[in-house]
Amino acid sequence: MLDLIIAKFNYWVYIVLMMIGLYAMIAKNNYIKKLIGMTIFQTAIMLFYVSIGAKQGATIPIIDHHGDGGDHGEAAEAVGHAVETAAHAAGSLDPDAYVNPLPHVLMLTAIVVGVATLGVAMAVVQKIHDQYGSIEEDEVLKRIKL
Amino acid sequence: MIWQFDLIILVFLVITSLIALRVRDLMSAAMILGVYSFLMCLLWAEMGAVDVAFTEAAVGAGLSTVFLVATILRTTRRSSD
Repeated sequence: MLDLIIAKFNYWVYIVLMMIGLYAMIAKNNYIKKLIGMTIFQTAIMLFYVSIGAKQGATIPIIDHHGDGGDHGEAAEAVGHAVETAAHAAGSLDPDAYVNPLPHVLMLTAIVVGVATLGVAMAVVQKIHDQYGSIEEDEVLKRIKL
Repeated sequence: MIWQFDLIILVFLVITSLIALRVRDLMSAAMILGVYSFLMCLLWAEMGAVDVAFTEAAVGAGLSTVFLVATILRTTRRSSD
């Protein structure tokens, strides 16, 4: 049981952060607090995805070329040489030595989409403040009913 | 991936997220959310996702905090909860 908690600690914390964000989005009265909860929710999902790709004892997913330091004179030859060495290196590459980069790329998009969502939401909050003079949900609802 | 480092950052992540939702001053909440984002960036650099780490540092911690501060300055700083 203790082994399960320690080995999957990333996933436990991802669930906790997600529930904190969901609670803030539902239960908080202030719109800025709701948006902070939304940000926490988004980063929790990103944490889940990046945790899928992480491995024990793996390094960052960049192939390191050794050796071809000096011969960058002719561009075409250098490119051909690089392609050849990459193809050669791919044959002897150990995939267990690298972190899986696919979830990273997906989460790169998610970060940008998250900040765009936040920007639009902030603009809406400013319009609500101009219109109703408050960013508390209950006061805005009261003004709408009047 | 160093599990001790991982554990410490994850604990601090939960603490900062709770504090950001708990404080009543919205400007402090925005700053603590910036701290949360930088901890997340540190966690990703530690997990081997360096591209996600620097995007998070620039966009998540930098731009989001600027947006929050701008909105708080144009609206109000007090929060009821």
